[in-house]
Amino acid sequence: MSTPQQSTFVSPRRIQFAFTDEQEQFRSAVRRFLNDKSPTTEIRRLMATAQGYDPAVWRQLSEDLALPGIHIPEQYGGAGFGMVELCIVTEELGRALLCAPYFSTAVLAANAILSAGTEEQKSALLPEIAKGTRLATLAITEPDGNWDPTGIKVVATPDSDGYRLDGVKSFVVDGHVAELLIVAARAPKTTGLKGLALFTLDANAGGVERRLLESMDPTRKIARIDFRGAHAKLLGDLDNSVEPILRTLDRAAIALANEMVGGAQTMLDTAVSYSKLRVQFGRTIGSFQAIKHKLADMLLDVELARSAAYYAAQVAAADDSEWPALASLAKAAASETYLHIAAECIQIHGGIGFTWDNDTHLWFKRAKSSEVFLGQPSYHRELLMQRWGV
Amino acid sequence: MSNLSEAEVRAEVREWLAANWDPDMSLVEWRSKLADSGWGMPQWPKEWYGRGLPHALARVVEEEFANVGAVRAASSGVRLLAAATLLEHGSDQQKKKFLRRILTGEDTWCQFFSEPGSGSDLAGATTRADLKGDFWIVNGQKVWTTSAHHADHGILLARTDWDAPKHEGLSYFVINLKQPGVDVQPLKQMNGHASFNQVFFTDAKVPKENLVGRVGDGWKVAMTTLAHERRGVDAMSALPRSGSPKGRIYLEERAETEKANQPYTWYPQRAGRVDLIIDRAKETGANKDPYVRQEIAKLMTLAKCAEWTSRRARAAQQQGRPQGPEGSLGKLAGSHVARACARVHTLITGTDVMLTGRESPREGIIAEILVSVPAVSIAGGTDEIQRNIIAERVLELPKEPRFDTGPFRNVRKN
Repeated sequence: MSTPQQSTFVSPRRIQFAFTDEQEQFRSAVRRFLNDKSPTTEIRRLMATAQGYDPAVWRQLSEDLALPGIHIPEQYGGAGFGMVELCIVTEELGRALLCAPYFSTAVLAANAILSAGTEEQKSALLPEIAKGTRLATLAITEPDGNWDPTGIKVVATPDSDGYRLDGVKSFVVDGHVAELLIVAARAPKTTGLKGLALFTLDANAGGVERRLLESMDPTRKIARIDFRGAHAKLLGDLDNSVEPILRTLDRAAIALANEMVGGAQTMLDTAVSYSKLRVQFGRTIGSFQAIKHKLADMLLDVELARSAAYYAAQVAAADDSEWPALASLAKAAASETYLHIAAECIQIHGGIGFTWDNDTHLWFKRAKSSEVFLGQPSYHRELLMQRWGV
Repeated sequence: MSNLSEAEVRAEVREWLAANWDPDMSLVEWRSKLADSGWGMPQWPKEWYGRGLPHALARVVEEEFANVGAVRAASSGVRLLAAATLLEHGSDQQKKKFLRRILTGEDTWCQFFSEPGSGSDLAGATTRADLKGDFWIVNGQKVWTTSAHHADHGILLARTDWDAPKHEGLSYFVINLKQPGVDVQPLKQMNGHASFNQVFFTDAKVPKENLVGRVGDGWKVAMTTLAHERRGVDAMSALPRSGSPKGRIYLEERAETEKANQPYTWYPQRAGRVDLIIDRAKETGANKDPYVRQEIAKLMTLAKCAEWTSRRARAAQQQGRPQGPEGSLGKLAGSHVARACARVHTLITGTDVMLTGRESPREGIIAEILVSVPAVSIAGGTDEIQRNIIAERVLELPKEPRFDTGPFRNVRKN
């Protein structure tokens, strides 16, 4: 068991620019585990399956490292750490490209329940998530692919013992394997942010039809879910139902930004190694300035995005009021960087970089898919401007 | 001496300041006391105007000086780089002759390294020094010299052996500027300022005893100067002073600072003035244009990321961790920020970009940004050199094949 010591901030406004020794040790433990469990042979094996992950590895990740509940308070069965530790995990997962339902269960669903749920609901739902014994996900987007919650059309109609959901969700991460669904829906005849709330239901309930979509990134499975009068319960209360949706998306954006930085680092490392091996014109290609300068620029890009992702995580952990703006900043920065670094990694590999057998495309596809997942960079830049009052 | 505790040092400097500090003294008078007592440069060796204190305790001295508002030893320009180099490589005679007047501010120094023919390739210097009797006779041209027009001495890198390989044929001198063979001309930049000089040497004379280190050691000695320049450790980070700044000495000090800073008034503009972007967007209404909003967001993201990256580098350093790649990236990041600023200021300003001086927005500041930014990616190591450094030192990529080995005489030059 190697989880970090509870990080303590001197004051909520004091933002840390370095990880503590405990956090570094935690990162090393996660990295060792992933190096062992997620070689590219395993990634390739799992991405070709419909299930998309290895339940034995998920169990170990949950039981030995307690990762699904790393950010869940101890009173709900978690490890009691926060955003910084969650983001250490997602960065390492992005680096190793582990095929596992972590982003859906731990990042999206757990944060939704933590933000929106009542005490009773948190006590009921979170322990199983923390233990890794119940997979869950959050359904926000619909077939039009809009990440702005004002565009949500799924309707939740009150009935005698809860709500009936009608409509379609899409791009639901791990929607095909999740056991618990958390669905953003609106009250009948409402528009904009008004009337929005989160609802929970069993994924196998009546009136729920799930279909695994063919995803460009086969390491991150997505599903379409049709709701036809499916019976659901309200998560939290209607008086404060919108804010938790927005903050859950912001936390997810920060976690994703860190995941993307991890992936970008793998692409950079791969490109650097290859440029030291590949010989053309009687020299290693890494001795040409055209390649050296490209790699130096890539390093700068990765470090800049890393700074944004780390800072956003620290600010969110400190609950400084600035953090939602920084979530958008970090998401936009990391999206552009990851895709750019992955594309340059292919370029440095030359012809072999474009082949199926070369591993680069696995990360490239994660980069391309992550670029738009949770909202395109341009969407987040506009959010940033609004949140900064420009 | 270095066994002293913080409290002991604090008590000692307090007592000394109480007995000696007087804001009605002249600058030179006061700084002479600093040089003689060692309190001006407490981290310097005791035998050379210092007190041999470790840097952490020198900081305590700074704090005490700031508390009473006492003026520090002179630190402007390259004087402290020259001093640090002399302390490490200079003869006792040189230290005795030059160090004191560096600290008192009586002498001003400049640096003769760059040449028209060797910018990035500093070791390719072709200014020559030939020994004739008791003097080295200097001929050639140096460029980008700050303060040469009012400097007394310069540190000079010159070639003394043309048959040795490039880096081994250089020597390092102290040259007196007040002589007929030295012609200092202002160098006007594309932004209209003349912050630097070009200096022509025609049979200028350097007495033999002004050679620093040994003949042929010039590159090694220059590395000391450059290392101090990069670290910036000798620059006194100005702690805010308390106490009322009344007294003759403050007037003299202000005049000195103004003179020293005069060449650098455009430096904030050179960095792009990201601080003006949002205000300018609001005052021009450009903040309503979705395209401009996107570009502002990109720029602000870049600028913030660059700032946080340097904060990360500093935090790692403070924790005593080995420096990660983030430490080598600041210069290159700064170039990107500056260029992006120039682009976004243009987007925001529109056709008014065609104007300059008082006709231009913000009393010419916007125009000055646009014509000053190109300097950032060149001065202090071009972006291309920075990329080589990052690629070779951080990513450990191989060096390019070289064409400048063997006798320097045979190396291709400009």
